[in-house]
Amino acid sequence: MAAVVPTRHRFSFHWTRIVIYALLIFFALWFLMPVYVLLMASLKSQAEALQIQNMWLPPRIIGFKSFLTAWFGSNEPPATLGLEQGFWNSVSLVIPATILSTLIGSINGYILSKWKFRGADLIFTLMLFGMFLPYQSILIPLVVSYQTFTNWTGIQLFSTIPGLVVAHVIYGIPICTLIFRNYYAQLPTEMVEAARIDGANFFSIYRRILLPLSQPAFVVVLIWQFTSIWNDFLFGVTLANTPKVYPITVSLNNIAGSFHVPYNVQMAAALLTALPPLLVYVFLGRYFIRGLMAGSLKG
Amino acid sequence: MSTTPQAIPYTEAAVPKKRWLSRQNWERIVSVVILLPSILALGLFVYVFIGWTGFISLTAWNSAAPDFTFVGMQNYARLFIGSGTDAIRFRYDIRNEVGFLVLFVGGCIVIGFLLATLLDRKIRGEGIFRSIFLFPMAISFIVTGVAWRWILTPGDPNTGWIGVNLLFTNLGLDFLRNGWFTAPTVVYFHPETGVGQLLTNIGLGFLATPDFGYAVAMTSIVVAAGWQMSGYTMALYLAGIRSIPDDLREAARVDGASEWQIYRHVIIPLLRPVTLTVVVILAHIALKIFDLVYSMTGGVSAGFATDVPALNMWKTTFDATKFAQGASIAIILLLMVGVLIIPYLIWQTRSEEH
Repeated sequence: MAAVVPTRHRFSFHWTRIVIYALLIFFALWFLMPVYVLLMASLKSQAEALQIQNMWLPPRIIGFKSFLTAWFGSNEPPATLGLEQGFWNSVSLVIPATILSTLIGSINGYILSKWKFRGADLIFTLMLFGMFLPYQSILIPLVVSYQTFTNWTGIQLFSTIPGLVVAHVIYGIPICTLIFRNYYAQLPTEMVEAARIDGANFFSIYRRILLPLSQPAFVVVLIWQFTSIWNDFLFGVTLANTPKVYPITVSLNNIAGSFHVPYNVQMAAALLTALPPLLVYVFLGRYFIRGLMAGSLKG
Repeated sequence: MSTTPQAIPYTEAAVPKKRWLSRQNWERIVSVVILLPSILALGLFVYVFIGWTGFISLTAWNSAAPDFTFVGMQNYARLFIGSGTDAIRFRYDIRNEVGFLVLFVGGCIVIGFLLATLLDRKIRGEGIFRSIFLFPMAISFIVTGVAWRWILTPGDPNTGWIGVNLLFTNLGLDFLRNGWFTAPTVVYFHPETGVGQLLTNIGLGFLATPDFGYAVAMTSIVVAAGWQMSGYTMALYLAGIRSIPDDLREAARVDGASEWQIYRHVIIPLLRPVTLTVVVILAHIALKIFDLVYSMTGGVSAGFATDVPALNMWKTTFDATKFAQGASIAIILLLMVGVLIIPYLIWQTRSEEH
């Protein structure tokens, strides 16, 4: 048998290998195709971009002017806004929202895994629903309560960066808590018990034992929150009503939805918007994927 | 537990039981107090807000000025009964949503599973392929929408074909050109055709209407959403396949099973929980789809050919300022997602206990 099989085996081996690699390369090209189209469009000058029949071809002359226009906008009438303001709006809302929701998630995860009280699992399940909820079903009360809050306190939340931060932090609690809870749950509880017997209290167990071990979970959650808040559109388009507050996705949608903006600029704007999460993906993809898998609960 | 058996008698002797318990109780209180703000915030922002939306959906608040006159189920009736614009639009929404959901979930499963099985064959450069298949997940739906809108812009014979239509023209595949996301076509059993007539004759004439068809324009949304999410499906399947012990496959191989049979009788049955997860996660994403449609179509479409409930809710509420009407759509959307997610959450938390 050993004498007969190898030749046949090797032949079919080669044949199926070729098909497998051909399919993989085909799909890789398919996934990269939109990136190719975006790049080719955005590297063209406006004059060259106007030759639509060449849209699938690379630029004859590579230029970066469309990126400048996408970033700064254009003063030529009709004047259009660039991404710049939206980019900084997104930066200034993503940073506090990501850090706050991560910290809250960490302490919640600690409590829900190591200090389980009666009903803790029920509370946790009820929290998780907040992660799958269609936000449409809370948007109207969210807007109304922001306005009510302003009437009561004089503090503006609607169409402000803090208002967006509040929404992202609160609706980010479920996923952050989930990832930390599952991470802490797999750390041996004996460790906590032993520390408690040695006199460590609630806070020192967290600070001295769990926190030093939490670095991977922190990276996963920080990356996850950064990416999803950066990519959010629904809260941005609902809770912001001025370019001064629009996050970058709303700015991009306005640029791309405008008939005045040439398509090479639109595509450059799309690339610039995608760049920060893509950089994170390229350099920290492993952690991003872990967050992705956690989002489906246990998978 | 078993690692420090010798420590137990020591601590019992050294630490008086009563004090230890009371300290533990105090710390329990601390832990609940620290968790409380999150519980209250989510209780308010999720559950109270849902109730509030439900309340609004029963009122007459259908203009900019709040009006909380109780009108019962009127806003719901307007969506389900009669042939007003709201009812027609909502029926089309459901039609589009069903078509989208089936094709999107089905497409992602087929492609995702195929890619996972391909990558499982000890591929050189597996990491690179995996990264390429998964990178769209890192990108905003808005970017995806902008890119695919450009790729699928149909153009026309006078000003020139654009995007994929241009490719088809250059390749001599003119018959494949179509309006993509701008196509107003709805495929259904026309009453004049054989099937349509049959349906009418057996009293199912309502099935032979555009309400029960497929809006061709939704295909473009399926393509863009599938491009973004099939890599994610692959990742879930690949993790599932990798978690199947090698011995199991080896045993089947020793028994003379072919690779195909191993898949058919060992791997696919063992992947059933993964498939359930994939279906629930993707279906709930399909139900919530908003950003992608908004950015691809600008939120408008001829004959509501790409309208979906989540988009309808947003436009009705924040563009048309018909808050109560929008709230009623939101509640229906919530019910659809809830029917899917609540059993899933219970299943997940139950299986965790075992």
